[in-house]
Amino acid sequence: MQETPVFPASQNANNYAIANRAAAATPTGVSKAVRGLSDRSIAWLFVAPTMILLLAINIFPLIWTVYLSFTNYASNRPNRPVINVGLKWYRDILSSPEIWTAMQATAHFVFWTILFQTLIGFSLAYLVDRKFRGHAFWTTIILIPMMLSPAVVGNFWKFLYQPQIGLFNYVVSFFTGLPPSSFEMLGSVTLAPWAIIIVDTWMWTPYVMLICLAGLRSIPDYILEAAEVDRASRWRQFWSITLPMALPFIMLAVLFRGIENFKMFDMVMLLTGGGPGSTTELASITLKRAAFEAYRTGYSSAFAIILFVVVFGLANVYVKALNKVKQR
Amino acid sequence: MSGASTTAHSVVEPSATSKRVAGFFVILYALISMAPLAWIFATGWKTPPDSISYPPKVVFDPSLEGYCNLFTTRTRQTNEYIEALGPPQGACDEVTRRREMVIAGQSNYVPRFINSLIIAFGSTFLAVSLGVFSAYAFSRFKIPLADDLLFFILSTRMMPPIAVAIPIYLMYRELGLSDSALGMILLYTAVNVSLAVWLLKGFIDEIPREYEEAAMIDGYTRLHAFFKVVLPQAATGIAATAIFCMIFAWNEYAFAVLLTSGEAQTAPPFIPTIIGEGGMDWPAVGAGTTLFLIPIVVFTIVLRKHLLRGITFGAVRK
Repeated sequence: MQETPVFPASQNANNYAIANRAAAATPTGVSKAVRGLSDRSIAWLFVAPTMILLLAINIFPLIWTVYLSFTNYASNRPNRPVINVGLKWYRDILSSPEIWTAMQATAHFVFWTILFQTLIGFSLAYLVDRKFRGHAFWTTIILIPMMLSPAVVGNFWKFLYQPQIGLFNYVVSFFTGLPPSSFEMLGSVTLAPWAIIIVDTWMWTPYVMLICLAGLRSIPDYILEAAEVDRASRWRQFWSITLPMALPFIMLAVLFRGIENFKMFDMVMLLTGGGPGSTTELASITLKRAAFEAYRTGYSSAFAIILFVVVFGLANVYVKALNKVKQR
Repeated sequence: MSGASTTAHSVVEPSATSKRVAGFFVILYALISMAPLAWIFATGWKTPPDSISYPPKVVFDPSLEGYCNLFTTRTRQTNEYIEALGPPQGACDEVTRRREMVIAGQSNYVPRFINSLIIAFGSTFLAVSLGVFSAYAFSRFKIPLADDLLFFILSTRMMPPIAVAIPIYLMYRELGLSDSALGMILLYTAVNVSLAVWLLKGFIDEIPREYEEAAMIDGYTRLHAFFKVVLPQAATGIAATAIFCMIFAWNEYAFAVLLTSGEAQTAPPFIPTIIGEGGMDWPAVGAGTTLFLIPIVVFTIVLRKHLLRGITFGAVRK
């Protein structure tokens, strides 16, 4: 990725003026004395509070989760003697059909949301990059859904998806002629998985678009000009220049969305609650049910650890890809 | 030669036709994607019967009922009782009485909204304060294993919230932090500090070291230079980071629904619980959703130049 100048030139001059003024305001007597804390102690002083907070709120609980995953502890029965059960929960989880159903539902959700969001998001970015009049304004409008609260979004889409009274069914029936009460997006086993995919795509396509747009804008004009001089067709230019050069950005967006949707909870919880049956019960919802409705604390801790390892693996891939993007 | 110059021009500057076609599709998408939001906004101004009418009503008489129901609790009364009350006081009273009900008191929406504000501001302040110090240290000093520490900070954000919530729930129960604003502030601070460190490191990296070095040569201590030179330079970045942290805390649902139930409950877990007689009170939900989303829409417009940086943890800058 190309490095753009950090400050406009005028601001730079201003910065120097501030620095000069700061320098002028310092008495000359002390100007050469090096006082105060050493850089080394400042570095530790500055980093320590963050680290302590993260250790207390993230790492300590994580270690506790690992411990709990080997026990029969149940949070609604805190006085029961705690027994070490070894790897029982891990074996149970990996052989549980319920867990595999949840993982399949999650995979279905992640795959289709990423596919739709990448296709629509990249196309939109490509169109916005034509720089038509007012593109900045419309881009900002398009970005609004991704900033909203997923829980609140899930809740009001539940309203839009109501058969009979909902806007979604009405619009579909307007264009297809189907009676609006003939299908239930949230009540049908076949449609509900697509209902959550539609809402997620509505919400997060702008995210992919924004990253793709940065990718398209990072392509220097002279490369396309050179291709034009060589009489490469538009089609050829797109496949051999635009797409390869924007690819690291698309990958970055895909990985971010992958991680986020793998742990998706709030929007789907409010929209379907995992139903009908368990057709939209994603991994996080299964985990929530085991931990906070069935109070199987040990079992759910083991599942949490397994999910964390998967996400951590994805995160590693992400950081590698990110470094590749940065090297360009 | 003249032909070559026009084609070269067309590469940098798309033709008028392609611009118009692109504009048409982008604006079409924008309008379609705004339709659900427009609908929920409109629903806030409908009466409950209008909100569930078939076919859905696009044109309707605006009513205050949704907003009245959002802020009040009501009880059903007999006609005689209502007639004996005398003239209605205010618009909400009048709307409520038309449904043969009287206002019984304030709903929980305002306290939940205030909880959201307290927790969002508190956690943002803490996360940005911690973040700016750490970011400065990572940006300017040689810290052993800096890349690993930064990755560790980021990885805490990758954990599924429910997985984190299990031990936090037990820990808070032991410490008496369950359902307390302080507990939520600490938790959101821990989640947000990773974003704050990454974003602010990017912003501070962009401030030339020469400024502090010049100040230090002139006798400033490192701490002085940090407060007097670096912080003012990073003001825009700090503001952008703060808004991102605030939006996260404002929108968060998973921790809020699992760890708060009454006193410290925020708005996102509360809004879905707004129900009227015989089902969801959709106008009240529409009203509550509208009021809850307006600050975010405003912030999105304010932040538009920094959005890309914020959503990618500073990995992509424009």
